[in-house]
Amino acid sequence: MTAGIVSYGAYVPIYRLSRQEMAKMWGGGYRKGEKAVANSDEDSLTMGVAAARDCLKGFDSKTVDGLYFASVSAPYREKQSASIIAAALDLRPDAFTADFCNSLGSGANALKAAQDAVNGGRARRVLVVASDCRLPPPNSNFERMLGDGAAALLIGSDDIAVTIEGQYGISSDFLDIWKKDRNDTYMRSWEDRFILDKGYLDHVKRVVDTLLKNQSLSPKEIAKAAYYGPDPRSHGSLGRKLGLGPDQIQAPMFDELGNTGTPFFMMILVAALESAAPGNLILAASYGDGSDAFLLRAGDSISNIQDRRGMKHHLESKMALSGYGKYLRYRDLMEWEKTPMPPAESSVNVYYREEKALIRGYGHRCRSCGKVQFPPQRLCMWCQDKDQFDDVRIVDKKGKLFTYSMDERAVFALDLPNILVIADLEGGGRIYNQATDRDPDKIEVGMELEFTFRKFHEASGFHNYSWKLQPVRC
Amino acid sequence: MTEPFKDKVAIIGMGCTPFGELWDKDVDDLMVDATTEALEDAGVALKDIEAVWAGTANSGVNGSAASAPLQLQYVPVTRVENACATGIETIRNAAHALAAGVYDIVLALGFEKLKDLGFAGLHPGKLSDKFHPIYPAGGTGPGRYALAATRYFERYGLGPVGGRRTIGRLSVKSHYSGARNPKAHLKREITLEQVLKAPMIAWPLGLYDCCGVTDGASAAILCRAEDVKKYAPHHRDDYITIKGMGVAAGPGWGKNKEEYDFTHWTETVWAAKQAYEMAGITNPRKELDIAEIHDCFSIAELIAMESLGFCERGRAKQELIDIGATIAPQFREAVMKKWDATEEEIKQLPDPEDVLVVNNSGGLKSFGHPVGGSGGREVYEIYKQIQRKVEEPSRQLDNVKLGLAHNQGGHPGRFVCGIIIAGVPEERL
Repeated sequence: MTAGIVSYGAYVPIYRLSRQEMAKMWGGGYRKGEKAVANSDEDSLTMGVAAARDCLKGFDSKTVDGLYFASVSAPYREKQSASIIAAALDLRPDAFTADFCNSLGSGANALKAAQDAVNGGRARRVLVVASDCRLPPPNSNFERMLGDGAAALLIGSDDIAVTIEGQYGISSDFLDIWKKDRNDTYMRSWEDRFILDKGYLDHVKRVVDTLLKNQSLSPKEIAKAAYYGPDPRSHGSLGRKLGLGPDQIQAPMFDELGNTGTPFFMMILVAALESAAPGNLILAASYGDGSDAFLLRAGDSISNIQDRRGMKHHLESKMALSGYGKYLRYRDLMEWEKTPMPPAESSVNVYYREEKALIRGYGHRCRSCGKVQFPPQRLCMWCQDKDQFDDVRIVDKKGKLFTYSMDERAVFALDLPNILVIADLEGGGRIYNQATDRDPDKIEVGMELEFTFRKFHEASGFHNYSWKLQPVRC
Repeated sequence: MTEPFKDKVAIIGMGCTPFGELWDKDVDDLMVDATTEALEDAGVALKDIEAVWAGTANSGVNGSAASAPLQLQYVPVTRVENACATGIETIRNAAHALAAGVYDIVLALGFEKLKDLGFAGLHPGKLSDKFHPIYPAGGTGPGRYALAATRYFERYGLGPVGGRRTIGRLSVKSHYSGARNPKAHLKREITLEQVLKAPMIAWPLGLYDCCGVTDGASAAILCRAEDVKKYAPHHRDDYITIKGMGVAAGPGWGKNKEEYDFTHWTETVWAAKQAYEMAGITNPRKELDIAEIHDCFSIAELIAMESLGFCERGRAKQELIDIGATIAPQFREAVMKKWDATEEEIKQLPDPEDVLVVNNSGGLKSFGHPVGGSGGREVYEIYKQIQRKVEEPSRQLDNVKLGLAHNQGGHPGRFVCGIIIAGVPEERL
């Protein structure tokens, strides 16, 4: 049994912050292009769910045996994220979950662990989700360079679209970017000339060279190389050192996306797979506490999965953040005006009791009258029959906007106006919810909406996740 | 079979504090002031009151909310809560106890202190029902009523501009009356242009589509009609009686059931059916003289008028608003000039039979809306109009014999509605 890539997916948040806007705020530095910025209701976990849903398009989530989540910006420092993502994807309860954390190399580590689980027979399919929404120090090169995003790869033993032909990796305790366990809000680093030279360039080159040598391949045989880079200059420099020509290097999207950290090499890989032809040899390489390189070959069935939103469609679908102030607000980067307004409250008990509705996204259909309804009730909203329901997962259905309002004074909302929507779902059922990732000037009755997994609010000390609606993204 | 209720219970005294941002009054002051006025009006001593219904949404809990400030000595006090429909519910319960013959003279009190919070707007409470992070979706009062405005404008082809102009006229009307009501919160006239240019609160509702956030209290002293001569002989010729009452609590899933279209208030339809049947009313437009309608938002007045059967659904603009049929006749020309009515429209008087004056008090919009205090305040307006004791004579209407007070709590798709119809007792007609 040899594990391969069964499917891929990616997610790029809809908002972009232009580097001109950052320069207006701070002056200086790299001014080209823009970077992807998570909405105020997004984090690495919600973006991971979005990439995973993209990856699982056309696959039954119940066939997934395990889920690994890789990130250096998981929303909880103690409490697994993979288990929340697995619930949001409605995986089986016996699907195993694990977080891979604390290193930009954790995406590759999760990938290797997934291969091992499949090759060892523990699983037929393992979903690897990598995502980051890192908080760079304001007015730093990190801030100019880092973007937010996620990628997902489904690793499995059959239905393989991309084979894994070889791999090589090293672990290294090289200290280039770090955060101490307490008190470090932002990442720390060292002189860039040193960490790029002896860290990034040296490590990745050693690994790729070894992999190619082990496989008796010359760099010329690579169709596309999808590899991590901290910035455009270093990324280009590594390509030259590896002996790759410009058309062999998959564009790293620094000016459209930014360096997304843990998922970055996987997002570049997804971009490469989107345009790969059967037989193409693709190199993927990650960096972080060492380096890992993978040699992949697109199979004949690659075209079956090239309909994802992936990188291309997600990058094309975007809205500009109106300014740096909006970014400060979304990332909650300042101490804001205090108001006498009492804080919101939540309850872990409610979360526990209503996981199926809130996280897994289930409503139900009455066996007596056939009506689909949400939120689930003991008595049917329509015919009042009691406890006679079949589950219906509603969050995969699209909805049509029936009516809406735009609240300019919703005190809890980081992004005004708060748009309330009533949407009628295909196949029945009506939802009352908020609309996110929307242009207030383009909301209209009758428009099509889709579900997206988001943070509702911060309350009672934990993250309140559930589903919102957004205009169909792309 | 139940006994007929109509004309059984009389209102013999009422009180209402000035409504507004009452920085110098606490909630106890409001209760004392409203109750004192009502007792003096009735000529009854507080120690004679046999039972009390005390209504507030959020300004107190249990019966001691009222027994403490009023120094009540071990009489039954029931705390009543039905959100914004609390006021009508206190009077309804008090009336039922009288009709049942359990007590002879009672007090129904409604109050709310909203302006001690330190911020504008209402207390958000829990973000949710049952701490729920998603079902309420962060909906505010304006945000949720605006869902109905968007749908109404869409369904009846008014468009956002035409729709806003239509409901804006209702605000112009309410403010004109409120400016002539010494107890009102927002005592100033406005023009349609001001309404349309005001800051947006929750699209499509602007500032002047929304009522004030208000402190206030109202109180009513009630007894059985047969006992008026005993308790309040001086009111023998001007007490009023309750003709009909209705309360309907909807199951509240309008936002989740495709059959609800947000252009009518289902709970109002059902509560009105109860009240009209009890009062023997078959044609409310012609039979009622005045109505005090729950207009926390201008769109709410429009939709409630249709749901109360004052005109066909979708026809309020043509059959009530644009022809000025709900404006006090003495204000009609001046109000219509403040919107964009032409001379011709102003001259085109509606059939006197079709005039039904709505919210001549200023309504919640201009008089203000202290949640638990509003229902009693609506009945207070009907009471004073019938008695011809309106504080500012220019607001006095002629020949008022029958009025309807409409009060609703919740938000579109999930309401509790309360209605009281009160008027001149049969024997004086």
